[in-house]
Amino acid sequence: MEAELKTMTTKDKLIAEFESSKNSLFDNIQLREQALEAFSKQGIPNRKSEEYKYVNIELSMKGDFAFSSSKKLSAKQIESTQFLKDAIIVVIENGKFNSESSKVNSLPKGLQILTISEAVSDESYTKHYTKYADINSDVFIALNTAFASGGVFIHLAKSAVIETPIHIIHISSVSENTILNTRNLIVVEENAQVQFVESYETVDLSAKSFTNTLTEIVVEANAIVSHFKIQNECELGSLISTTQVVQKGKSVFSNHTFTLSGSLVRNNLNIVLDGEHIESHLNGLYLTNGNQVVDNHTLVDHRKPNCNSNELYKGIIEDKSSATFNGKIYVRKDAQKTNAFQSNKNILLSDDGTINTKPQLEIYADDVKCSHGTSTGKLDVDKIFYLRARGLSEASAKKLLMHAFASEVLDSIKGMEDLHNYLEERISKRFE
Amino acid sequence: MLSIKNLHASIDGKEILKGVNLEVKAGEIHAIMGPNGSGKSTLSAVLAGREDYEVTEGSVTFNEKDLLELLPEDRAREGVFLAFQYPVEIPGVSNVNFLKIALNEIRAYKGLEPMEAKDFLVRLKEKQKLVELDGKLASRSVNEGFSGGEKKRNEIFQMAMLEPKLSILDETDSGLDIDALRIVAGGVNKLKSKDNAIIVITHYQRLLDYIVPDVVHILYNGKIVKSGPKELALELEEKGYDFIKEQVGA
Ligand SMILES: Nc1ncnc2c1ncn2[C@@H]1O[C@H](COP(=O)(O)OP(=O)(O)OP(=O)(O)O)[C@@H](O)[C@H]1O
Ligand SMILES: [Mg+2]
Repeated sequence: MEAELKTMTTKDKLIAEFESSKNSLFDNIQLREQALEAFSKQGIPNRKSEEYKYVNIELSMKGDFAFSSSKKLSAKQIESTQFLKDAIIVVIENGKFNSESSKVNSLPKGLQILTISEAVSDESYTKHYTKYADINSDVFIALNTAFASGGVFIHLAKSAVIETPIHIIHISSVSENTILNTRNLIVVEENAQVQFVESYETVDLSAKSFTNTLTEIVVEANAIVSHFKIQNECELGSLISTTQVVQKGKSVFSNHTFTLSGSLVRNNLNIVLDGEHIESHLNGLYLTNGNQVVDNHTLVDHRKPNCNSNELYKGIIEDKSSATFNGKIYVRKDAQKTNAFQSNKNILLSDDGTINTKPQLEIYADDVKCSHGTSTGKLDVDKIFYLRARGLSEASAKKLLMHAFASEVLDSIKGMEDLHNYLEERISKRFE
Repeated sequence: MLSIKNLHASIDGKEILKGVNLEVKAGEIHAIMGPNGSGKSTLSAVLAGREDYEVTEGSVTFNEKDLLELLPEDRAREGVFLAFQYPVEIPGVSNVNFLKIALNEIRAYKGLEPMEAKDFLVRLKEKQKLVELDGKLASRSVNEGFSGGEKKRNEIFQMAMLEPKLSILDETDSGLDIDALRIVAGGVNKLKSKDNAIIVITHYQRLLDYIVPDVVHILYNGKIVKSGPKELALELEEKGYDFIKEQVGA
């Protein structure tokens, strides 16, 4: 048996694991089986897979993995990840909702937070679950759908306006190599307003953690949703993070993704604009160093007329790290009067770093305004000299310029002062 | 204060400065004039420590220190200030914030504590008034979207904030309207004392009506070919550079 396991591929191991554990998975067996089949068809991406060619997934998934971890984090460790002064806290510890550490009692009116096992009988949950993230479009969506456990279902009733942000803390700490498939569903009904912060932290890792997390977000008509992802994985942590969003008419959705560390981070942010007069904002900042690999794939799918999307991703690449930005914009035939803007700017600080940037615009409507731009450069020597000529050391001149570069993304955070300050501090530390 | 001896400097293998000699004492104002491309900005860049230029011969002493040995920031901390001919725009870096860092790094170099926030604000207000710089400009990103004249005024504002010993003003007058010229020159005069010195690089006599030089030098083809009293500038204005060319036999 041992020997047999060793010769098995990662894909075979995952399939075997599914077969042996599927009876203990509580819901939706049929759906999970379909997802597994989709996974099996697509297989683990390798260097030849167009969509994953810049991230070595095979390597990060090599070896034997467990599918859950019983390691418990201390209250203090969990508390240390709470950087918002006032927030509704949802703790997902090693892929599982931790009700003790979460602060979800006495929620504001119109807000409902349920674990997935509680949610299976919820009408809204069953209406939306797995309806947007297509198992045939991406192997990690398929894998997540097959194995999904833990996670939460968050529901905002019509016209509910929640002032306090909801902070979903994904925290893991494993002592053997572990794959976690966390899944969240967020449904924001018409006219509701809410802010989500999802942070990913790994603490005290003594083995590799591979997190494949998927969050589906439904933004109904006129709703306003801000979604922040803060990624603080440690060197042994790999993260595949998919956010699948669907927006209805006149809604506003904005996403900010900050990738501050981690050995391998792949973000898939897919937004479908399925209504008119929608606004979507996509902002990203990635600061990579060491041997880190960060890959941001975004997809903005304009399906209806009169919508605006605005995208800004910026990165600073140090050492031997590598960063990828792939931004797809689809403007479908019906989506006349679309405004779609995209910009990706990078600073490459070392000769050994790599940046791959690829805008991909597919436009099938004729009356649209679309633009994209990318740039990659070093820190501007004229600016460094100017600052030094005023008495700043070379190091502080560079720090100031990197900070200025990053601040464009940072300052696009509106009305979340403590989040802004936390990130400001984290980013400043990185430039020391 | 400043002593330049037989200074030769080149860029990309091309010699631009071909033996510059210049002595500036505390309390003096020197004007450097000269045709386009003669090497005026090159001289100021070499003094400020721009690394693209290679000094191949000669020496520069500043208050007994070998200036050429110092990093650009240490030259600034020793009291050298260059008002750039073409100030760069630095989006995302606020004028005020960067001046605070600059001041405190200069103070740290001298073994002084960081400036009290209150004292900094007082100085900020005072110097803003001196060059009549709009408060909005002071708090904006360094030179971002500033007009040509506003950039020049901002350079003198920075000079006022940092209180250098030697200021090199590289064509600070170009781009200034008549009123701005008067205000900026007035500011410079107020900053002038017996302990500091100023080198003004200019093409026009106009500026020298306000900032009256003790000596006027003509830099031509990488060398100072003529020095004289302030009347030399008037003569230049009248006759153009041809008479210099004739005199040096070019
Ligand atoms: N990288 C370079 N390679 C070659 N020549 C250069 C380079 N940079 C500057 N030069 C030349 O050096 C010469 C001196 O330039 P500098 O800017 O010092 O002139 P200037 O006296 O300040 O002129 P202006 O009055 O127009 O400001 C010019 O001929 C210029 O073309
Ligand atoms: Mg010049």
